Amino acid sequence: MTPARTLATAARVLRQLRHDPRSIALMLLVPCAMLFLLRYVFDGSPGTFDTIGASLLGIFPLITMFLVTSIATLRERTSGTLERLLAMPLGKADLIAGYALAFGLVAVVQSVLATGLAVWFLGLDVVGSPWLLLLVALLDALLGTALGLFVSAFAASEFQAVQFMPAVIFPQLLLCGLFTPRDKMAPALEAISNVLPMSYAVDGMNEVLRHPDVTTAFVRDALVVAGCAVLVLALGAATLRRRTA
Amino acid sequence: MMNYSDGDPEGPGDPEGPGDPEGPGAHGDPEPPDSDPDPAITVRALTTVRGGRTVLRGLDLTVPAGRVTGLLGPSGCGKTTLIRTIVGTQAQVTGTLTVLGRPAGHPSLRPRIGYVTQAPSVYDDLTVRQNLDYFAAVLLPGRTHRPARAAAVDGALTDVDLRDHADALAGRLSGGQRSRVSLAVALLGSPDLLVLDEPTVGLDPVLRRDLWDLFHRLAADRGTTLLVSSHVMDEAERCHRLLLMREGEILAEGSPDDLRRRSGTPTVEEAFLHLVDTAAARAAHEEPRP
Repeated sequence: MTPARTLATAARVLRQLRHDPRSIALMLLVPCAMLFLLRYVFDGSPGTFDTIGASLLGIFPLITMFLVTSIATLRERTSGTLERLLAMPLGKADLIAGYALAFGLVAVVQSVLATGLAVWFLGLDVVGSPWLLLLVALLDALLGTALGLFVSAFAASEFQAVQFMPAVIFPQLLLCGLFTPRDKMAPALEAISNVLPMSYAVDGMNEVLRHPDVTTAFVRDALVVAGCAVLVLALGAATLRRRTA
Repeated sequence: MMNYSDGDPEGPGDPEGPGDPEGPGAHGDPEPPDSDPDPAITVRALTTVRGGRTVLRGLDLTVPAGRVTGLLGPSGCGKTTLIRTIVGTQAQVTGTLTVLGRPAGHPSLRPRIGYVTQAPSVYDDLTVRQNLDYFAAVLLPGRTHRPARAAAVDGALTDVDLRDHADALAGRLSGGQRSRVSLAVALLGSPDLLVLDEPTVGLDPVLRRDLWDLFHRLAADRGTTLLVSSHVMDEAERCHRLLLMREGEILAEGSPDDLRRRSGTPTVEEAFLHLVDTAAARAAHEEPRP
């Protein structure tokens, strides 16, 4: 792995994105619009907005980065640029870290906008530091990037790649505690939710929502999400083969 | 600008060239002889399986250094698989394949080989220059190489005559222009070996001539070894040396003159057909045996 090649890759990914202003606008504004919508859906029960809003701040970056990365890497595979890059002196880690870096940066901007809007304009009541919300959002974005990269190896077309979104993300969404607390689910479902990374992302957000300090539960949640992201990135790296059939 | 080689619009000039006296096949020997002291590519007993199908069957061939070698054969005969095998991106390969003195796919070969896939492999949502900048940064990373990178990018743009389109999005270019961007990427690191998979498909005659002129300039001026595949037989006449391929096997190897002389035909195309017929007749003759 060479830092210069990683940075060049990240810069290239961002440059590609810059030629696509509509995608940037969608990535940055849709989460804000959803939070705005949510705030007035729960106009009568601000407490519900706090819980769901905080959870969504963790979920948005994961979903966006999942979609963006799976499509971007799939394009890289189908356009032949991946084969070309892997025939050149580029480390697989350079490519993956480059993508993670570029989309991580986009995720930071997205999270800053969404968190800022929720906390300062929509009255999201956070007891803890908004910086911690941001940290979890960033880890979620990395997890999304990792999952997207991994899944793109199993998609033969952009059509399939998009279909992986409901397959990979929806079960986590249903079980992560967004709709009902995880300990109130059927025991089997709770057990499943215990091994899904999004559950920890949402738990982490809720820790920040309710506690003024960094709790051990928060640290555990953040570490689980980060660990999952690294694990899945490694799996994603394994799907990049210099020699293919 | 793309300048045409001195007053010879046919491109290759003397296909026999110096340093390749008469070509190896001139002795009527169908086996690839090892007269070349230091070939760029040596292939022995190469077999490749792709998608459960044996695409290459026990190939033996050599590609001489510093020459333009054409890999010709009909679509689907295994040209792309052979090329991917040489470049080191093909899995399930058995046999010996030595490229520039190393086993194919060796990491030290990656900066030394320029590879152009059949479909242009560039980023459509970047400009031509941004594409080249990125691939140059992969080849020559770091701040210290910045001047070298800029020079390489400018040189490659000039080589493929795309300076005027440097700031256009690759996706907005015509098919021929996009394939030239793909070629420019392969030229970036001044590779010792340039492997081109059907680089002239779908190009107009003027552009095709210009590209062949470029290939010959690269071989003559920079000593680059070129392996160019094509399914268009009239391009064969532009190569120093030919590998005729059919159904995963090498039918013949030699200079265009050799091949014509050996089969007593006026063109390489007819020589190829002659060889195919002879092979088919031989196969039919051998078949009835239990």
